[in-house]
Amino acid sequence: MSKIYLDHSATTPVEKSVMDAMMPYFREIYGNPSSIHSFGQEAMAGVDKARTEVAKFLNAEPGEIIFTSGATESDNLAVKGVIKALRQKTKNPRPMHVITSLVEHDAVLKPCMELEKEGVEVTYIKVKPNGVVDLEHFKESLKDNTILVSIMWVNSEVGAVMPIREIGKIIRKRNEERERNWKKLGPKERGERPEPVYFHTDATQAVNFFSCDVKWNYIDLLSLSGHKIYGPKGVGALYRRTGVPLSVLQNGGHQENGLRSGTLNTPGIVGLGAAIAALDKESQEKNNKKIVVLRDLFVDGVIKNVPDAVLNTDRKNSTPSHAHFSFLGVEGESILMSLDLSGIAVSTGSACASGSLKASHVLIAMGIKVEVAHNSIRFTFGKHNTEDEIRRVIDELPPIIKRLRDMNPLYKK
Amino acid sequence: MIYTEKVMEHFKNPHNQGSIPDADAVGQEGNPVCGDVMKVYLKIKNDVIADIKFETLGCAAAIAVSSAMTDMAKGKTLDEVMKMTKDDIVNDLGGLPVQKVHCSMLGVDALHQAIKKYRTGK
Repeated sequence: MSKIYLDHSATTPVEKSVMDAMMPYFREIYGNPSSIHSFGQEAMAGVDKARTEVAKFLNAEPGEIIFTSGATESDNLAVKGVIKALRQKTKNPRPMHVITSLVEHDAVLKPCMELEKEGVEVTYIKVKPNGVVDLEHFKESLKDNTILVSIMWVNSEVGAVMPIREIGKIIRKRNEERERNWKKLGPKERGERPEPVYFHTDATQAVNFFSCDVKWNYIDLLSLSGHKIYGPKGVGALYRRTGVPLSVLQNGGHQENGLRSGTLNTPGIVGLGAAIAALDKESQEKNNKKIVVLRDLFVDGVIKNVPDAVLNTDRKNSTPSHAHFSFLGVEGESILMSLDLSGIAVSTGSACASGSLKASHVLIAMGIKVEVAHNSIRFTFGKHNTEDEIRRVIDELPPIIKRLRDMNPLYKK
Repeated sequence: MIYTEKVMEHFKNPHNQGSIPDADAVGQEGNPVCGDVMKVYLKIKNDVIADIKFETLGCAAAIAVSSAMTDMAKGKTLDEVMKMTKDDIVNDLGGLPVQKVHCSMLGVDALHQAIKKYRTGK
């Protein structure tokens, strides 16, 4: 029995062409890219090419790309790095205000909570029942001392796509107002030029499916990761628009313009470059079209075959890849384990499987009841899935759900 | 695999799953808000567990714990069963991941609750 992988939001297999691009950088072009000699410079040429590819995808300049170990590091660097830089910039920094959302990844939420302990005020924006951030709440939350907004592009659990360009526009308008008001004041009373609001987005789950033009979307900082786009694990990037204040979190050998020290992960960076280079508009559209057909075939099949299956993904406002379900009366982990026994890999939002017993903060923020949040399974489809695979999962799922419901003392049979 | 083979065996083919309509005692512990509910049904003859069935909402560990626990309790005297601890079940299963140990607590609590109810005539 062949196995079926439906957990592409967790990670993706490395594309053959990506691996081929990486291979020479392990044994042949092994120099340290920071070395001046030919071994180093040859490796640096690979890094430079990758930097250009990432910049091209984002419609940015190569000098605005900082390579990291992944999106978690990029998020930490963006959130903490901007605050630290602003603190250092002024002698008497005013109390600072950061805006994020209730449904961010922990790589953004935890740094924000850390900042709160250090006296930074943080507002967590609510989401609508479909998981999309509430723009009205966002607008109301912007204050005179707001200096950073960090909103994810795509929610990894339910696949909700956030109105990134709208948020970017609102911030831009606000920054222009701030500047205008400052200019109206006389030279004596106006004081220091006000710091604008900087806009960071974690685009980890978006890069695969959408064009992520940082200029079109008014983005100042953007995090991305290699392994979600058929590239290698352990490598990612942070886009930082030129001029955005950013302090170093990791000191050492001055790599990446001193912003991220540490010997460059040449094979990984080359792999990230190759993976992102493959994501041109045409291939994205082709894959999106294929994946959405599989996803919709699956969703319609599940709704038809499984009673009390609630779809939490808003298909009109999600990636083509996500189908997040609550199967009422069944604990998510027991479904995951049963599917795994049938060779089908999925993920549970209810963190019971991942060590914590708390229900998913994303589902709770969407207004889903705790006991229903525990019943959840995330299916995420990829470009190598086939219709036959989807049909097999649709066939295998109903008896699994029925067996587990039969065991539940509270489920009305 | 995060679970032992024995846990998976119980999860795949649970023993004594179901209900006893004319049970002499019933115990239930847990809460859907926490994700786990266990219900135990007992038939008792001369202070011995003559039959036992369980119904469980929960993760694979919760289901395996319920199954293993019913095996252990069947045929034992009430006094013996009251001495059973969560560790007895965890050991019988060859161990549980740390974050799943509370499942075994739930099973023992439901079982002990049923016996206490039986003894106090509730």
